[in-house]
Amino acid sequence: MAPRSPKKPPGFAEGPEERFVEKTKARYRPLKDTPDEMVEADGSLRPLWRDFARAFGGFSAEEVERRRMRAEQYLRDSGVFYRQYGGGQSVERPWPLSPIPVMIAEAEWADLVPGLIQRADLLERLMADLYGDNRMISEGHLPAALVAQNPEWLRPLVGIAPHSGHYLHFLAFEIGRGPDGDWWVLADRAQAPSGAGFALENRVATSRAFAELYAEGHVHRLAGFFRDFRDALLAHRQDRDARAAILTPGPLNETYYEHAWIARYLGITLVQGEDLVVENGRLMVRTVAGLRPVDVLWRRLDGSWADPMELDPGSKLGTAGMVSALRAGGLTMVNALGSGVLETRALMAFMPALSRHLLGEKLKLPNIATWWCGDPEARAEVAGDPSKLLLSDAFATGLPYDRQEAITSAEALFPEALAALLDRDGARLVAQEAVTLSTSPALVDGKLAPRPMSLRVFLARTEQGWQVMPGGFARIGASPDPTAIAMQRGGSAADVWIVSPSEVEAVSMVPAPGSYTRVAPGALPSRAADNLFWLGRYIERTEVMVRLLRARNIRLAEMGTLAAPLLAAMDPMFKARGIDPKPGIPGALLDVLAASIGSAGQVRDRFSPDAWASLTDLNKTARRMALSVTAGDDAARALSALLRKLAGITGLVHENMYRFMGWRFLTLGRLQERAMAMTEMLATLADSKTPGVLDLAIEIGDSVLTHRRRFTVSTSRETIIDLLALDPMNPRGVRHQIEAMGEQVAMLPGASDHGTLSPLSRAMLRLTTELAVEAPETLTQDALWDLYGRIGALSDHITEAYLR
Amino acid sequence: MIYDLKLVIAYEFDRPTGGGRQHLRITPADLPGLQSLLSHEISISPPPKERRSFTDFWGTEVTELVLPPGMTDCKITLKARVLRQDPEMGLDISPAPVALATELAEVTRLGSASPQHFLTASPRIAPDAAIAAFAAKAMAAAPTVQSAIEALGRALHGHMTFDPKATEVDTPPAVAFALRRGVCQDLAQIMIAGLRSQGIPAAYVAGYLRTLPPPGKPRLEGADAMHAWVAAWAGVQAGWLAYDPTNACWVAADHLIVGQGRDYGDVAPVVGSLRTEGGQRGSHAVDLVASSAKSAASPPAPSPAAVPPPPQRQ
Repeated sequence: MAPRSPKKPPGFAEGPEERFVEKTKARYRPLKDTPDEMVEADGSLRPLWRDFARAFGGFSAEEVERRRMRAEQYLRDSGVFYRQYGGGQSVERPWPLSPIPVMIAEAEWADLVPGLIQRADLLERLMADLYGDNRMISEGHLPAALVAQNPEWLRPLVGIAPHSGHYLHFLAFEIGRGPDGDWWVLADRAQAPSGAGFALENRVATSRAFAELYAEGHVHRLAGFFRDFRDALLAHRQDRDARAAILTPGPLNETYYEHAWIARYLGITLVQGEDLVVENGRLMVRTVAGLRPVDVLWRRLDGSWADPMELDPGSKLGTAGMVSALRAGGLTMVNALGSGVLETRALMAFMPALSRHLLGEKLKLPNIATWWCGDPEARAEVAGDPSKLLLSDAFATGLPYDRQEAITSAEALFPEALAALLDRDGARLVAQEAVTLSTSPALVDGKLAPRPMSLRVFLARTEQGWQVMPGGFARIGASPDPTAIAMQRGGSAADVWIVSPSEVEAVSMVPAPGSYTRVAPGALPSRAADNLFWLGRYIERTEVMVRLLRARNIRLAEMGTLAAPLLAAMDPMFKARGIDPKPGIPGALLDVLAASIGSAGQVRDRFSPDAWASLTDLNKTARRMALSVTAGDDAARALSALLRKLAGITGLVHENMYRFMGWRFLTLGRLQERAMAMTEMLATLADSKTPGVLDLAIEIGDSVLTHRRRFTVSTSRETIIDLLALDPMNPRGVRHQIEAMGEQVAMLPGASDHGTLSPLSRAMLRLTTELAVEAPETLTQDALWDLYGRIGALSDHITEAYLR
Repeated sequence: MIYDLKLVIAYEFDRPTGGGRQHLRITPADLPGLQSLLSHEISISPPPKERRSFTDFWGTEVTELVLPPGMTDCKITLKARVLRQDPEMGLDISPAPVALATELAEVTRLGSASPQHFLTASPRIAPDAAIAAFAAKAMAAAPTVQSAIEALGRALHGHMTFDPKATEVDTPPAVAFALRRGVCQDLAQIMIAGLRSQGIPAAYVAGYLRTLPPPGKPRLEGADAMHAWVAAWAGVQAGWLAYDPTNACWVAADHLIVGQGRDYGDVAPVVGSLRTEGGQRGSHAVDLVASSAKSAASPPAPSPAAVPPPPQRQ
């Protein structure tokens, strides 16, 4: 059926449709014997695509490019990335979006949904059987060897019933349209399906490119799906104090961006294995306020890594005792550990029979024809008619073309060789029909061209049962070859629009009044606090380095060889930081930047995308400068530019970050680093007799104007100590940092217990008080070094109390 | 025969430890018709923060401990009284080796004793061509599965030298086989690799061994120690047969069973994680005496074990 806009998009004259059809005939030719989503076999436009085609036909080449850029700009600005592996390395890649959405009519989608839900129910029953009484095996519907030899069948989980009553809560199916136009399941995703978050990002980016078409196209919204699933997750908690968390393997994972993104979107804590501990059979997260219960864990980690005690002992990503917590019965794992076994490729051969025996129903949605070659009859069939059959690992999970694995074309083998292979290795082999997929339009060199398409659809278990995300994640091949669809091989992702003939309900994550109570902000995981604290320190450390280096290079540029005594006076500060200050942009500066990126990368869910973009931009700029910038005037200018970028980052953090526990630790790190650096500088320079050194100190302290205004006299030891150490009004001064730290510390959990101060609060108060009663003449060089040591010691208190 | 078993595992740490979780698989199994656990007690010093027990997939009793932080030493003591039957080795009713695959295919069970778990590679026992060739040669003339098991066990016993210093707890069977040296764990895992390579399902059995030196005969190696041997599946009729390659004998009343699994990893006596900095030393001692003989002869003194300490992951 054709969705009709109530009114035509503005600015499109009559005619483009015809022009488009003309163009289509000329240029958009569907592949031979391959159904296309947009056009019929004769090249005529499907009604569903009419509005889109009409609009697109009216775009000039520049317009198409401008819209594509708009989508990409969005993705770049949000920092969407995934990790690509290859050559023993992994790199962050920008998300490869194909901006042309795949459109599916609401009615066709509605026909698909029962088949998807039936399959989800089937997997749930199969899971219960495989981890329960193994009836499917004892009754002969499933070969024992397929389970017993399966690395994803996790024996320690056998007999552990799920607390929620269900093993599976979130599933994805990879589906594709075959040559006859019907949909087929290509693969089941039950371990820890990824892509739902990317689907949302695709949606936002695509709607940026085609804003008017999206707004008026009656496209089903996605937010309701996520909202319902979040509510379902939270409902599994045993009490309101407990929390739901997302377990990620960490920033090096392929889809870490998505984990952080979903955590942010749903307002759920993102944790890594080391954040968790099991105490008295309950899973707990280490937070800055002590251990807090976690009752629901949405894991994005393969099951076998979850617990080194009972599962893979080599895992460094898991939590010792996780299985024990499941055995104790209070924890809901989404999905249950061991669900990876459902992805076993050879299982597809048995799904039709399993459906009959477990559900008493025929499969509504078929999966691709599969033969497990451990079965003599299957072997005979494969050997008898090997045409279009591909042989691959029976125990592999996921799509054959998704990973780099050995795939053999059965028909390419000599019959004797095929028979011998099947006899020898049959139990480890599966034969599957080579995938054929429909095509959907993709932008190729600014023009539409048909590319193979498969769809990842998502199902979430909610309080009303399985819910199918109205839309999903389409994968678009890089070439007409259907096996080139994997992103690791250059494929891209597109948004999926389920198009209704009438208005759709607008939903958002913001709850309707009264329907949903916002969860109290959970305590900050200690590891996140640790990373934020050090991020604060590293960013400030970068700034201090840049200021020192800039001061040095300015002197060099202005005074030449006469600068030598001043440079010598500064030297101890470079030495203490391990910097060789002679190059324009020293390597040590780049190292600190790398450390900042490392810390920020660990807390992407808590760090604003803009701040992240600025930080990576700063890093890139500094690295580029390091290649060419020379000492002296050139370096001074470059460092000034870096300083401005740094100001941008601190601005973003301080203007935009919610005043939450995480922000406090970031701020504490910054304040402490600044206090230490300033004290160190005063201890190094204030008592030096080198002419010009006090002006240098004021300049590094960024207080030249203030000094001029506050003191009519020229710089003296007293004036700079007063301004840079003791004046509480100077935001660069030591005392200001200490007092600000004191304010933050007072807001931390456990700062004082019924009037009894924590060791950190006590140290803080002592320092604040002593500094308040100092005078320039009592703050001698020795006293400054003593102060420096005591500020440094605050870090130990913070670590001891919150960051372990 | 009724035995009194005492096991002491002791650790010393150079620096106080952080907390940690441990799984102990040391309690003798209760196996109807084979072995009855009459009484047992595990005491731990310092007292653990948490303690519970459960039965794992393989049917082995696991004692789960959460140890407190700040330990400088730790001592685990097991005392158990066990009745061990001495079943006669019956007639050889096992099929010819070539017929085993058909019988195996008929087993549609996945319980812990199902041979289906034990036919292919397991985490610590990877297939090895040299072991497979050795096994094929050793078994070539065996008419039945049972005789094939014994033939391989004897051949291995002759091929290998017992040497506690040659291998570590993580040494793969292929490496130990190439060295031609090792302890009971190595011999058992090599034999398992060999049996599996010839299509015979084989399991790793952990337990304790008593040594009663008969007059004029040498003392069994690995005396009064934690011990390991092999159980092999010899068809539907004959079922599981247990063979001790370290001592080249069928397993009998001197072997107390703790549990069986695919390899050492499934029945390791101590698995766990402790946060430690600095060094640690571990030792264990086993004292296994027939309780009827207790009054007659003085019990053997517990000896500090010469075998490597139980594994510690950090």
